[in-house]
Amino acid sequence: MKKVLFQSRLVPYLLLFPQLSIVIVFFLWPAAEAVRASFYLEDPFGFGSTFVGFDNFVDTVTSTDYGRVARFTAVFTSLVTFLSLGLALLLAVKADKVLRGSSTYKTLLMWVYAVAPPVAGLIGVLLFDQHVGPIVDFVAIFGWNLNIGVDYYDTAFAMTVTAVWKQVPVNFIFFLSGLQGISKSVQEAASIDCRSGFRRFWTVTFPLLAPTGFFLLIINITYAFFDTFGIVDILVKNEPGNNPVTLVYKVYLDGFRGNDLGGSSAQSVILMALVFILTVIQFRLIERRVHYN
Amino acid sequence: MKRLQLSDHLVLIGGVIFMVAPVMIAIMTSTHDAITIYKSGLQFLPGGQMLENYETVLFRAGGFTKEVNGLVMMKNSLILGLGFAIGKIVISMLAAYAIVYFRFPMATLCFWVIFCTLLLPLEVRILPSYEIVQSLGMTNTYSGLIVPLIASATGTFFFRQFFMSVPDELLEAARIDGAGPWKFFFDILVPLSKTMIAAIFIIMFVYGWNQYLWPTLITTDEALFTLVRGIKQIMQVWVGAQIPALNEAMALAILAMLPPVIVVVIFQSWFIKGLVESDK
Repeated sequence: MKKVLFQSRLVPYLLLFPQLSIVIVFFLWPAAEAVRASFYLEDPFGFGSTFVGFDNFVDTVTSTDYGRVARFTAVFTSLVTFLSLGLALLLAVKADKVLRGSSTYKTLLMWVYAVAPPVAGLIGVLLFDQHVGPIVDFVAIFGWNLNIGVDYYDTAFAMTVTAVWKQVPVNFIFFLSGLQGISKSVQEAASIDCRSGFRRFWTVTFPLLAPTGFFLLIINITYAFFDTFGIVDILVKNEPGNNPVTLVYKVYLDGFRGNDLGGSSAQSVILMALVFILTVIQFRLIERRVHYN
Repeated sequence: MKRLQLSDHLVLIGGVIFMVAPVMIAIMTSTHDAITIYKSGLQFLPGGQMLENYETVLFRAGGFTKEVNGLVMMKNSLILGLGFAIGKIVISMLAAYAIVYFRFPMATLCFWVIFCTLLLPLEVRILPSYEIVQSLGMTNTYSGLIVPLIASATGTFFFRQFFMSVPDELLEAARIDGAGPWKFFFDILVPLSKTMIAAIFIIMFVYGWNQYLWPTLITTDEALFTLVRGIKQIMQVWVGAQIPALNEAMALAILAMLPPVIVVVIFQSWFIKGLVESDK
């Protein structure tokens, strides 16, 4: 808290007015609306709605479709998080070590951050295309008949690869700046005490990077949940049918395509609770991270 | 030692190929004609159709209603990216200034109302948000496209952190010299925040430019399509065609990624600073 402050009746409200009005109209109102709608059964033709208590939630959670999507989301999220973190960490460690060309590597490895998820999805869909995609030709050598949009697991595979590709740069940037923050004297002391580079990494560098890693873990889970929407939407080619989709995609599908307002809202509320938990964890971690420094 | 360095370089080169190759293939494919691609798949080497393809996607009207071209979409993307970035910076700087530098009743309440927006991404409350924007008659307008996206408080949080780190002595000195709240803000705080503003601007511009779900819902009028929104159209019109015009689809995809990539690469150091510090 600041020790010196301005005293004014009007000015702070004036300053806060634009932000608060946008937050109230475009955030609080829709969020409240989602919670309200999750307890009602909306008439599909718009002739009013009936209060149904927790029915929407019960229906949602017990439906087999929801279970399948939830399981896929869990697997997809863990794979994307684990793979993109692992790959980024490997690349960051190497980029931190090399003396020549480290800034060129850095630029070449981070620029994909700026590519929009659906653009990544479009390139992915063509690389994995049955007819023109080079990846399909390549895996065919090993006898794998990769067919996205038709085979559930093949689509899931393409989705994971594309999502990892898009997420590696962010993780790389954070890991690299974390590595560069480790003081030279610590590294020198470690290299005198321990000759094995591998062991030095696990016993000294890795623990020092742990706060960054925990923090990135949350960022990546949030990414795999929400920001992959564009990738999923393009890769299922507008025909979700039998294809794997994430929970967020299902909220959109049921709400806009299926016109199931109550069910979609109930799913929204479940996701809200999930995000809330993640954010609380994230804030805890940030506090601890500040403590470390 | 020398051998170790070599293996490091090999890993890094492998990583670079993984990151760059997909986009290289996209660029190369965008320089061929549709028949070649249809016959022999995506291309790895440059062809001779580059100018024609890019000219087509930029200037020839396409889409369902034949009234939108790449240039119009690029203009819309720019409006969304710039409008979002500038709007967010202005609004969140003002709000952060109020929260950090003023003592007033209900300050804590305002603080929490703003910061609870960090909890929920737009995707989660998409349906009610859409309905509200629709009932306000803001579909197919630039304000309907931009303003609801500004609702999240990431920028406010960032500027709050930064203002907290500005030494108190500055305000004391300014007040002794008789500066009021507005003068202090515009003459001292804004110039001090220059690099922060630049960093946030880059991140927000890229974020705004890359929006997909929200523009897909809000704009049904093709004259308001952004490039990224146009990708969905590409999937339906170009890729879904009898002989898919993948060359043009790829050209449009390259156009959609070029501006944000250029911005991020050129202002790399600011961008990285902003990204790493905003999340602390």
